[in-house]
Amino acid sequence: MSAADQQLARGILGIPLQRDPVLTIYERSQEGRRAFSAPPLDVPARALDELLPAHLRRAEEAKLPEVSEPEIVRHYNRLSKRNFDLDTGFYPLGSCTMKHNPKLHERVASMPGNARLHPLQDPARAQGALELMYNLQGALGEIAGLPHVSLQPSAGSHGELAGVLLTRAYHEDRGEHRTKVLTPDTAHGTNPATVTMAGYEVVKVGTNADGGVDVDDLRAKADASVACLMLTNPSTLGLFDPNIAEIAEIVHGVGATLYYDGANLNAIMGITRPGDMGFDIVHFNLHKSFTQPHGGGGPGSGPIAVSDRIEPYIPRPQVIRRTGSANGGPANNGAAIAFDLDYERPKSIGRLRGFQGNYGVFVRSYAYICSLGAEGLREASETAVLNANYLLALLKRAGVAEYLPVAYDRVCMHEFVLSGAAMKRELGIRTLDLAKRLLDHGFHPPTVYFPLLVDEALLLEPTETETKETLEAFADVVAEILREAKDDPEIARNAPYTTPVRRLDEAGAAKRPVIRQPL
Amino acid sequence: MTTYTSATDADRREMLETIGVESVDALFADIPAALRLDRPLALPAGMSEQEVYEHLRGLAARNVSAEDEITFLGAGMYDHYVPALIDSIIQRSEFLTPYTPYQPEISQGGLQVMFEYQTAISELTGLPVSNASVYEGPSAVGAAGYLAKLTNGRGKVLASRGVHPHSRETLTTLARGYGQQIVELPLRDGVTDLDALIAALDEDVSAVVLQQPNFLGAIEDVAELAAAAKRVGALVICACDPIPLGILAPPGTVGVDIAVGEGQTLGNRLDFGGPSFGFFAATQQLLRKMPGRIAGETTDVDGRRGFVLTLQTREQHIRREKATSNICTSQALNALAGVIYLSWLGRRGLVELGELLVARTAYAREQLRALDGVSALHEQPVVREFAVALDVPDVGRVIERVVADGINPGYALGCDYPEHANGLLVALTERRTRADIDRLADALGRAVAAERAAAGATVGARA
Repeated sequence: MSAADQQLARGILGIPLQRDPVLTIYERSQEGRRAFSAPPLDVPARALDELLPAHLRRAEEAKLPEVSEPEIVRHYNRLSKRNFDLDTGFYPLGSCTMKHNPKLHERVASMPGNARLHPLQDPARAQGALELMYNLQGALGEIAGLPHVSLQPSAGSHGELAGVLLTRAYHEDRGEHRTKVLTPDTAHGTNPATVTMAGYEVVKVGTNADGGVDVDDLRAKADASVACLMLTNPSTLGLFDPNIAEIAEIVHGVGATLYYDGANLNAIMGITRPGDMGFDIVHFNLHKSFTQPHGGGGPGSGPIAVSDRIEPYIPRPQVIRRTGSANGGPANNGAAIAFDLDYERPKSIGRLRGFQGNYGVFVRSYAYICSLGAEGLREASETAVLNANYLLALLKRAGVAEYLPVAYDRVCMHEFVLSGAAMKRELGIRTLDLAKRLLDHGFHPPTVYFPLLVDEALLLEPTETETKETLEAFADVVAEILREAKDDPEIARNAPYTTPVRRLDEAGAAKRPVIRQPL
Repeated sequence: MTTYTSATDADRREMLETIGVESVDALFADIPAALRLDRPLALPAGMSEQEVYEHLRGLAARNVSAEDEITFLGAGMYDHYVPALIDSIIQRSEFLTPYTPYQPEISQGGLQVMFEYQTAISELTGLPVSNASVYEGPSAVGAAGYLAKLTNGRGKVLASRGVHPHSRETLTTLARGYGQQIVELPLRDGVTDLDALIAALDEDVSAVVLQQPNFLGAIEDVAELAAAAKRVGALVICACDPIPLGILAPPGTVGVDIAVGEGQTLGNRLDFGGPSFGFFAATQQLLRKMPGRIAGETTDVDGRRGFVLTLQTREQHIRREKATSNICTSQALNALAGVIYLSWLGRRGLVELGELLVARTAYAREQLRALDGVSALHEQPVVREFAVALDVPDVGRVIERVVADGINPGYALGCDYPEHANGLLVALTERRTRADIDRLADALGRAVAAERAAAGATVGARA
């Protein structure tokens, strides 16, 4: 049986074939068609000129499509079939934690009490929402091992920006002027990009032979001009840095803060906590460990947890619980206020966005934490690590390991890195080719060419929600692709074949950008 | 307790054997014992699906949503009707559960949606370059400020007091990092004071930030303000409510360089403030410094039409510390709702909706200002939101009285504008009918009268 047939036998399906000619919604437009019928004009008709002077108005209509409801539904349903998605198949995209998105979450987020709640509703009449946020703050603080949580940042990168701005506020409040932020050379791209946006200079710290922070290099670079070290632990290599206590000591020794990039939190929930490791600021990706669906690139949410010394500076408003009769008096409709939004935070860095954050995401992540509880979260992390090590073991077998050796041969955490350098040399196919050939087998490829430190890197994160059979099927397919490449590397070099489109001209797209339809 | 993993005890044993370790615990050997959590997390025990449902239902029931009262709350997010087809499409697994389209061959659906979305935003704003969305409105204003800084390196941003207070505060938060000073421009008669702008402009002004309609609902003469800003070479940033853009002059045609805004009104629910999306459009010159994902059209090796993420050399995963923004995750699913909504409204529908809002808002404004003790806070043209001043000592108490009648009358301006301590901001959508407006006028009239009587009685008693 071929690997593809074996997959089918296991009930793992490939990507649906959709190769009809592509039309955009604008190309389906026909004058006079419509889906919207406006509510009747139930107030006295007035000439527009009288209410809105012509010079402030649009001279020409925006050329939106003219289409009927059935056409819209069919158009977007057909487009959807040109996407691969997590509900359809295995998605071992390293650093992205593509775990199952429970369906309950969509149901509870859609309850009108959540979905139609106005963000400026009087807190006395939004007590359920504020209690949910308060409880989520508490749960995330407990998971991080840090007592104070702000839910406001909209994504991991936004949380990072919050963290670096908090660091700035903390040092400025102490009269210190610092100019540099340290990031490991394995860091996510968002780390150095954030540092620049927050007005600091990036200084890279090297990686040691075990894949951890080069402590000597760190010690040499840590001085009074350093504001912060941004670290992911487990690192982007999927390895837990056993020197973390020493690293924290060095960073704190020069008065800098230690920032935890929570992208890899899925490995350690309930097992170890960033706060206990010495981190001052942590961001969470609720769209990774806490199951917010990725939505094809958002929405996400990036709450932060901080230590006591950073707390005065966190974004406002903050959800608080008012206790005692002094503050807990009746609200304007007579109901007692228990939960409130606190704006009286004089040292706060201020807002990072409008309103209170991505509440719809909070509902989903809170539901997830309620479902799993303490034990379930730990079990999720343990299984994520077990699955990663199992997949790694399968890929260390003969037929794969000689072409795709693991970059750092240690027990991994929730993800691991292989290098495709030998494959490129021996078989003449690159990591990109392997990734594209995986598409023909119905798998989303791993993250490729990241971390930058590893030549022809593949970063694999299977997550805890995949079955043993799925991991085995994936490993078999990798082995088969390598076997096939040995016979005929051209097959992988020209892959994929079965997808809605084949390899696309990205260079041409960037050289002569066509980023909208001329109408 | 998790039912979202499927490893059985037998699976675990086999997997551990293959890995070559004794126990799952051995996989965590790298974590020093001193750093291990030696107790369970202090969280409640896990619950079954139906228990979680009931718990969440109980919490949601303690919120008063737009389903439960007639609401005239706006101030940045608005209770528009979201057509059923949006829920149906955005709940499809194929849109809900993929990651960012890093593998374009299997992400054509999402990439084409981005392309269609960018096209719609360009049409609305009259600007040739749109990204595929950013987080939301106020942070989009902050991102626009950073783009101005990257473009001309100047030291100051002038922000109109008519810009949403959350946007101004976000801009200030971010600018403290990248090093720009935010200077506020006052309003006069409800709109940005042109003379004050002219007086504040100099060669160090990086950008002027406006909002259309502004926070008080007033339509700004953006062309006039932009022309002044251009005389010193400053960029013009305008935060726009996209629904009124169906009838208002597109920002790109009146001198705006960067048009941003809150996309919630385009087919996204209120969700207590998010997730929604921010749109971000600019002139051609700014293309290669734009933040965020951008989809572009291209062809595959067989000549088939396709779409890819493009111009990625701006972005953090390629350029790292030299990236033009740190943004990674954007708001693809919310932007999808946005483009479906705009297709649903269609070319005529967007105009009809705008005209309906203008007519109903004019009616509401007239009904309210005709009440004793209620006057217009400004006389500027409006589209969907207007401000009134209540001649009472405490606007909050008036709001309480109206709320008790099942109507949320709007937003008390005093929270953000001490100079309008007696101001009330009233917002309309197509969901608020004439009957709703009449009920508001009735309830507000009674509430204002009652508060004035109470205040008079207090004064009388003191006398």
